[in-house]
Amino acid sequence: MANYLPSTAAERQEMLEAIGCSSYDDLYRDVPGGANSVTLDLPAGMTEMEVLGEMSHIAAKNTVFHMVFRGAGSYNHYIPQVVKSVTSNEKFVTAYTPYQAEISQGVLQSIFEYQSMVCELTGMDASNASVYDGATAAAEAVFMCEERKRSGVVISETVNPDTIETVKTYCASRSVEVTVVPAKGGVTDAEAFSAALGNGASCAIIQQPNYFGILEDVKPLIDAAHAVKAKAIMSVNPISLGILATPGELGADICVAEGQPLGMPMAFGGPYLGIMTCTSACMRKLSGRIVGQTTDHDGNNAFVLTLQAREQHIRREKASSNICSNEALCALTASVYMAAMGPQGIEQAAKLSCSKAHYLAEQLCAIDGFELAYDQPFFNEVLIKCPCDPKVLEAKLAEKGILAGLPIGDSMLWCATEINTKGSIDYLVEAVKEAM
Amino acid sequence: MKLVFDISKPGRSSQILPECDVPEVMPDAAFLRQSAPALPEIPEVEVDRHYNELAQEVFGVCDGFYPLGSCTMKYSPKVNETIAALPGFAKIHPLQPAESAQGALQVMSELSSALAEITGMDAVSLQPAAGAHGEYTGLLLIREYHLSRGDTARTKIIVPDSAHGTNPASSVMAGFEVVNVVSNAEGGVDLDGLREAVGPDTAGLMLTNPNTLGLFDPNITEICKIIHEAGGLCYYDGANLNPIMGVMRPGDMGFDCVHVNLHKTFSTPHGGGGPGAGPVGCKELLAKFLPTPVVIDSEGRFELSRPESSLGRMKAFYGNFSVMVKALAYIKVLGAEGIAETAKASALNANYMMRKLDDLYFMPYGQAPCMHEFVMDIAPLEHETGCSAMDVAKRLLDFGMHAPTMYFPLIVHEALMVEPTETESRENLDRAIEVLRQIWQECHDDPEFVKASPHDAAIGRPDEVTAARHPVVRWIPEA
Repeated sequence: MANYLPSTAAERQEMLEAIGCSSYDDLYRDVPGGANSVTLDLPAGMTEMEVLGEMSHIAAKNTVFHMVFRGAGSYNHYIPQVVKSVTSNEKFVTAYTPYQAEISQGVLQSIFEYQSMVCELTGMDASNASVYDGATAAAEAVFMCEERKRSGVVISETVNPDTIETVKTYCASRSVEVTVVPAKGGVTDAEAFSAALGNGASCAIIQQPNYFGILEDVKPLIDAAHAVKAKAIMSVNPISLGILATPGELGADICVAEGQPLGMPMAFGGPYLGIMTCTSACMRKLSGRIVGQTTDHDGNNAFVLTLQAREQHIRREKASSNICSNEALCALTASVYMAAMGPQGIEQAAKLSCSKAHYLAEQLCAIDGFELAYDQPFFNEVLIKCPCDPKVLEAKLAEKGILAGLPIGDSMLWCATEINTKGSIDYLVEAVKEAM
Repeated sequence: MKLVFDISKPGRSSQILPECDVPEVMPDAAFLRQSAPALPEIPEVEVDRHYNELAQEVFGVCDGFYPLGSCTMKYSPKVNETIAALPGFAKIHPLQPAESAQGALQVMSELSSALAEITGMDAVSLQPAAGAHGEYTGLLLIREYHLSRGDTARTKIIVPDSAHGTNPASSVMAGFEVVNVVSNAEGGVDLDGLREAVGPDTAGLMLTNPNTLGLFDPNITEICKIIHEAGGLCYYDGANLNPIMGVMRPGDMGFDCVHVNLHKTFSTPHGGGGPGAGPVGCKELLAKFLPTPVVIDSEGRFELSRPESSLGRMKAFYGNFSVMVKALAYIKVLGAEGIAETAKASALNANYMMRKLDDLYFMPYGQAPCMHEFVMDIAPLEHETGCSAMDVAKRLLDFGMHAPTMYFPLIVHEALMVEPTETESRENLDRAIEVLRQIWQECHDDPEFVKASPHDAAIGRPDEVTAARHPVVRWIPEA
């Protein structure tokens, strides 16, 4: 058995005696049953070598697909090596929330830089230090918009279904009405969207590119929200903003995003990064930590956690959210990714992803029976009808080391990024032909 | 330190991605952004150096004693990082078919079982991403339970005044009103006050035990009984599970629902403020309401499944998976005995420090043994010398130690909450004791010196008032 205690059993006994205790029961005297109230039914401990062996064995039961053509909320982008190197720095890894600003300027400045970079990327004025993921960011954004006189959220069916379901969960307990507007031809039904907004909703959520990868005509939807004094929340893929119009340019009030594509591994769904940015007018309603710039008493530049009057540790039941920690290390990851790639690098990742997805779609649709489910412009994901059972095709491609598009009904949602070379797409297409 | 933007020059970024090997396709102009983002353009060497410079101004557990109360800043074993980075865990897509992710689902299944055993619960959801997120989830379970019985009158959650701020905030998010109960003279829940607070509108109680004073409430069985007899349920905030795991189980104390913090009790690193993970456990009566999906073991094959009356989803996918991997590796190393030994050592270290300081510093609840942490009240010292809890905390920074949690819990006005954790040796504790005793002396001999601390940090005390009044929350490019 191993543990991580630096003291020996004998030393601990000496320490007990040094404070006048004969056994641990003296310390646990208030616990019914004393220091040994329970014996856990768990296996005996292991050494480091054993645990590495056992966990490696478990990891080997997972298939690491060498060709990934699936996105739907988690994307296989290239991660520059300097990102991994910087973010595995023990100081960043083992510190906690920077409560003591004097010895935490590094974490605080990195968050300030993160806030600045995501504001630039999304075209917004202010950002928080991040939240748990894109789905919870959308849910938190809804509560930024709730007012005494306006309540309820209108959400397009073309938003990622996990986001819709998370928003519903968050809203149910506070009796905030959620209206899901049906899709029409793969995009938001603009008429139904406007009609739904007419009932005094506080905000609307739209996604660009939408869940099916389609580029929606977003501006009229945002204008429709504003026409009835509702706020517009726009959910985006941060990589796409290398080329696509920003929420800021389109007039959104709040931008939310799943930040995973900015340097985080897929890691079976987490940890990821909830990006939240907004206009100046909404800043004081942001949930979560925010870092601000100030000076110390000698006039030196300094960073601190700020606008804390919104937060749970000050406001308790009157706080705007219960959020305590952010996803600091993931925010740092995104920052280092953006610094390493630069504006051209992110633009290039966006262009490559878009071009490869179009090549993939063109090649697949050249096969008999495959066709676009919707004839709409798209970014790096595309829904393609499948002439056979998509689950059967998925299984056949898996045998060749390919993670196929996600089966949705009689179609599959395919995705490409800069990682998918022409060669791998051609290999996929051949494999699909063989499988048919 | 320069901002990352200040070292940027046009055209200096590294070339990381290859040229396009398929026909280039761009969306129509109407979809494109008008101007490029002003992101920094920096060569790789300067990216590396910039972040290394920032890292020098960060205090991690790797740097020294980190007695931040209620945060459990224990050592994070390196092998866990290695394991989480294995391609079989890091490079798998959350939506790949279950047959190709049996190892990942096994991790989730094994971790759920281990946490259920440690907390004395019947079922677990690993989805919540943090402690506060776990609280919110647990309270929603309680809400669903009452609603499913048609009991719509139960709208109130009872929270002691020593609770973390997240407890009342989570209660409101879950749609409840908060009823505060005051602590008794011993720092525990006042039973008479509790009996007066309960009624047909009681949905439940949120309790941290040991509480934020570091005290295990000796009346815990009676407290849970009072709530249950009133028709409410009991929620255990696992922020302070560290000294209890393997010693006593929340489920055996009478709790119906718990959250645990993998980043506190189960050693996963805090990352400068996340990512953590806040799995929720519950008794059978709440299991069918758990968030979707949960992992089930179907004759040796693991599957994701939606609980019968699931409250829905708390976030995308399944939770912070890499954090789960690290926590499971930690639990496997400790084993049943190691878990209990770890808990006891955390209580021992805290009591050792408290007893070696209580002749100088006032321990308002020092008559009883503490658990993993203790609270010092600096009010008497401030009365004598003018040095506050803030001053003592800031002076500690000069000695290469992190400060304790300050001004919490709220019921002790000049509180310093000290949690040494079990991963400190006796020598480290003796050194911290010596430093705190020296600071006490300095408060008497040269209070102005203490009030001007820290003297050796990167900056002096920052102007937080101006920061909040005129917020500057981002860098803005020059026009």
